[in-house]
Amino acid sequence: MSSTNSSEALPAGGKPASMGRFLWPLGLFMVLAGFLAVGLKLDPKEVPSPLIGKPAPGFTATALAQPDRTLRKEDLQGKVWLLNVWASWCGACRDEHPVLVEFSRKGVVPVYGLNYKDQRNDGLGWLAKFGNPYTDSLFDPEGRIGIDYGVYGVPETFVVDKQGVIRYKHIGPITPQVLRDKIEPLVRQLNG
Amino acid sequence: MTVLDFRSGGYADARDGQLSDDAPGHATHWHGARHGEPAPEWHPDWHDDDWDATWARWTRPWTTAAWIFLTFGIGLGSWWAYNELGWGGWWFWDPVENASFMPWLCGTALIHSLAVTEKRGSFKVWTVLLAIMAFSLSLLGTFLVRSGVLSSVHAFATDPRRGLFILAFLVLVIGASLMLFAWRAPRVGLGQRFGILSRESMLLINNMLLAVATGAVLLGTLYPLFLDAMGLGKISVGPPYFDTVFGLLMAPLLLMMGIGPLTRWKQDEPGTLARRLRWALPGAVVAAVITSLWAGHVSLATTGGLALAYWIVASVLVDLAERLRPTERSGSIAGRAALLPRAMVGMFVAHLGVAAFAFGVAMVKTYETERDVKMGRGDTTEIAGYSFKMVGLREVQGANYVAAQGQIEVSRDGRVIATLSPEKRIYRVQSNPMTEAAVDSNPLRDLYVSMGEQLPSGEWIVRVQYKPFIVWIWGGCLVMMLGGLLAASDRRYRAAKPQAARLPSAVGVKA
Repeated sequence: MSSTNSSEALPAGGKPASMGRFLWPLGLFMVLAGFLAVGLKLDPKEVPSPLIGKPAPGFTATALAQPDRTLRKEDLQGKVWLLNVWASWCGACRDEHPVLVEFSRKGVVPVYGLNYKDQRNDGLGWLAKFGNPYTDSLFDPEGRIGIDYGVYGVPETFVVDKQGVIRYKHIGPITPQVLRDKIEPLVRQLNG
Repeated sequence: MTVLDFRSGGYADARDGQLSDDAPGHATHWHGARHGEPAPEWHPDWHDDDWDATWARWTRPWTTAAWIFLTFGIGLGSWWAYNELGWGGWWFWDPVENASFMPWLCGTALIHSLAVTEKRGSFKVWTVLLAIMAFSLSLLGTFLVRSGVLSSVHAFATDPRRGLFILAFLVLVIGASLMLFAWRAPRVGLGQRFGILSRESMLLINNMLLAVATGAVLLGTLYPLFLDAMGLGKISVGPPYFDTVFGLLMAPLLLMMGIGPLTRWKQDEPGTLARRLRWALPGAVVAAVITSLWAGHVSLATTGGLALAYWIVASVLVDLAERLRPTERSGSIAGRAALLPRAMVGMFVAHLGVAAFAFGVAMVKTYETERDVKMGRGDTTEIAGYSFKMVGLREVQGANYVAAQGQIEVSRDGRVIATLSPEKRIYRVQSNPMTEAAVDSNPLRDLYVSMGEQLPSGEWIVRVQYKPFIVWIWGGCLVMMLGGLLAASDRRYRAAKPQAARLPSAVGVKA
């Protein structure tokens, strides 16, 4: 009879079924937990820019402060510079702003602003109110330059080297930590 | 559902201790087996099966109750997204949605697997594992939604430090459960045999399909995380993957849903089963083709989906008709209906809910139409035979927002049906625009109007959508829940007297 019933996990031979074959759910789960732990350190929203290592897109824009003055990418050739995308309607830019103002006082590297999809008067008023960290600000009311640079949120910041190649992109507000750990060492290296 | 983990351990203890006192043959068997002696002749040990049946019976109403709440939550979330996000979609395969859907799929499998464990004492190990998995997946959902490991439109209040805490909790609870499982499962019996064509086999296929579907959703949800963690790049997995894989898995599941409930436990005859269902299949196909022709056109996916929905309905009708058919000995049809166990009625109702859901999905997916149009005052657009005219455009002051509100008159054949007022709101504090869609809904179709962007000319981009039978999707969820309520409230689950529960052999009388 023992061969015809299946009421027991014990095989006919009499050995208890081994624990081993019931361990695979635990094993699978531990692998999954490992991945989840690694995932905690990653930021899913951080999409690496395909522009890193590529020449910064060219632009011709009017200066925010002077509508009759034109700024070109070629004007900035030969020096390391930062491009910071900002707008007066952007709440996160306000958080970032004091950090940038403080940073610009150090004079480590010129910071150019990209006034993105904004009104000229709003942008100027904002700078007058909160301080102007920018060497110059490009006025980009239609967001055309922003599209070329792959901007999908404000603020974003690019580091461009002497040859006009984008070396680094930071998404979101810049913090003193980012400046200290990433941007300042990179600028020093590029200038060095 | 943690209770289940506890019970799975408790069950084994009780068997080794208390139960073997009543069953000397059983004790001998264990003794012999452990010492490598030939096992004595074995008679199915009904004490074991009774204990399993009791455990399963205690568990079933609670599992079903949890499933009802989850069904409600998912349905409500879908309905909310449809009404509030302004896209007119009802499911986006967003990681947060998937996080809620995985335990639902697993819980649905568990409900069915518990039925086998209760009635036939089979699938015990698998049932316990499913119970652990269903609970684990709900914990995993908490982790995915709150830790920020996946990007989602619904994830809020995410914080990696909180994520670490949840992960530690996850490892502790799930790890301990699975450890206990690995330790105890080898000692759990396999239950009674069954033939290839039997209710058990059908439910086994149901479980396999649901488990694979859970795995497919899990894989799609975590795949971006796996790649990112291994430094292989950033990707998104979206509807193209999920729709394909899920559709392929659900079609056979719906097909089985029409056969399974009519199949007898233990062993059935293919000929008998086919004869009982001989009208259901052609009937479903004919009804589906007629519906497709009426709605527009026939296509494999849609007509197939509709046929599956009708097939489930037909199968329930066949089952009901057989159970209510008068015989010499029985009373009236009403009398027989009153005698149907509530759990069975619950199953019928829940399956009809699935049919309604499938019907709604097939109709919406195929026959919905939408149009993005530039509209100013006086402009008209037409869609699916309905004419939309913007009769007004004004600014509205809300309590904490200002809104541009369009007034859109909907008419059909010159008769005005409804006036819809979609809004684009700017909330003063957050200052980001919110789309407030306006919907005219009835069981046959939804007309959905939402405001897009304003053009420099002052006109608006307006999206008008026609969604046939979309409310059947949520209606189907409600019907499924009703089925769950009926099943969970079956008298069988409440009748267990305290003394009966204490003595497992006393509750062995199967309902």
